[in-house]
Amino acid sequence: MRVEYRMPALGADMESGTVVQWHVQPGSRVKRGDVVGVVETDKGAIDVEIFEDGVVAELLVQPGTKVPVGTPLAMIEVEGSSRAPSLPVEGGAAGSAPSPAPAGEGRGEGSAPSPAPAGEGWGEGSAPSPASAREREPAGRVRAPDSSARVRVSPAARIRAKALGVDVGSLRGTGPDGAITREDVERAAKGAPSPQPSPARAGEGAEPSPQPSPAKAGEGERKTMRDAIAASMSRSKREIPHYYLSLAADVTPAVDWLAKHNAAVPVTERLIFAALLVKAVALACQHEKGFSGFFRDGRYEEARAVHVGVAVAIRGGGLIAPAILDTATKPLPQLMQEFRDIVARARAGRLRASELAAPTIILTSLGDTPVESVFPIIQPPQVAIVGAGAVMPRPWVVDGQLSVRQLCTLSLGADHRVTDGRLGAQFLVRIARLVSAPESPEWRVD
Amino acid sequence: MDRAALAARILALLIEIAPDVDPSGVIPGVDFRDQFDFDSMDTLNFAIALHRELGVDVPEADYSRLASLEKCVEYLGARIRVA
Repeated sequence: MRVEYRMPALGADMESGTVVQWHVQPGSRVKRGDVVGVVETDKGAIDVEIFEDGVVAELLVQPGTKVPVGTPLAMIEVEGSSRAPSLPVEGGAAGSAPSPAPAGEGRGEGSAPSPAPAGEGWGEGSAPSPASAREREPAGRVRAPDSSARVRVSPAARIRAKALGVDVGSLRGTGPDGAITREDVERAAKGAPSPQPSPARAGEGAEPSPQPSPAKAGEGERKTMRDAIAASMSRSKREIPHYYLSLAADVTPAVDWLAKHNAAVPVTERLIFAALLVKAVALACQHEKGFSGFFRDGRYEEARAVHVGVAVAIRGGGLIAPAILDTATKPLPQLMQEFRDIVARARAGRLRASELAAPTIILTSLGDTPVESVFPIIQPPQVAIVGAGAVMPRPWVVDGQLSVRQLCTLSLGADHRVTDGRLGAQFLVRIARLVSAPESPEWRVD
Repeated sequence: MDRAALAARILALLIEIAPDVDPSGVIPGVDFRDQFDFDSMDTLNFAIALHRELGVDVPEADYSRLASLEKCVEYLGARIRVA
């Protein structure tokens, strides 16, 4: 049986994407979770995964082509027996599926778990658990063996390219792994020839660049990351009746514990405070309902697994919030590794579609600035977002005595259609208590 | 390795961990944080890269001494005995 593999929606407001590269060709065998290609979106270049087991029958869209969300990109020959019975919507979505659709809205979902590529908005939290696909990744999977095999564009370069009207698809990168840097863009804008790539990367840099994208950068309709943020936040402010809470948390025990831990382990195993926050948010979501899930079609559905999205600032402007999948069940060392990895890939423009679609709640931390607190805005269709300000020494009363403690102001933006301030307070207090006690039994995951 | 070579190594590592930073625009005397929003994750990645590439284990307590390219050369120069 043949099914269509469609252009996925990687945000509630994504309308189209450009196929940059295929990692498969007709005849390639694919497994659920395999990265089959790269799509350029307003959130950067994204590795897109497939959610079927089968064989690629035909590629319908050539690299360089921009198509609307939901457009069939390839035909997959699926072996009937290999279809996962637990994913009823998937067949429909991929096969007979609704029209390519004015996706954008998180509609038409009902309660069924939906596969990520079904033209949906942010996050199929409970869906075909991208994590399980991930765990099954065999060593020799379809994924490009070398990330340099496709064009990489740093976010700063992308923003500059847009401003200067430069088509990044036609450039040769001189950055790490052949990435196109802001310098490359500026050079191209001036019409200067590009220098030889750095010697260490000469082999890769000398590769012919992929076909120039027909979607010309000055094309106007091409959305930037800023447009995507604006669209999502406007929708949030329009539709979601927010309430906000904040709590000054004494995190001295966590700060002391971190310092001790980091002094005792190799540099590669050090943790940062934000990792404790991510974990604490995930653990709190397991206890307090109404914060990790999606509001769609007039009703809230709690996500089955907690995928905490981490807001990552892009240098030169922009913000993206990929998820650390199954956050609550991961031990801290593993969580930290994945946190590092996902931030690096967010900044290098190499996220995977499942990571972008997955967050069930987001953590936004401004802890590396002197800012004291954040008033966070929910990313629809999620229903809550946790903020954290800087950890700072402050005068504080402990047991009736004035002392100096490490304080962190935690904040919550939550959805009145789902919870009220009292529940929100319980949630926030639980996060504060968890983050202040990383050695408590609640942190154990095994 | 002399100081110039050390500075070049450090700059290369910096770009490796922060590919969205423009290498030609790095000002040696200005803190990374002020120049390009270096955060605690970047600092940790930088420490890991220094350990891997230069064999220098920078304790967390010394992170402030890696705050700018100039400070890095100063601190790491002393740690690895630059000629």
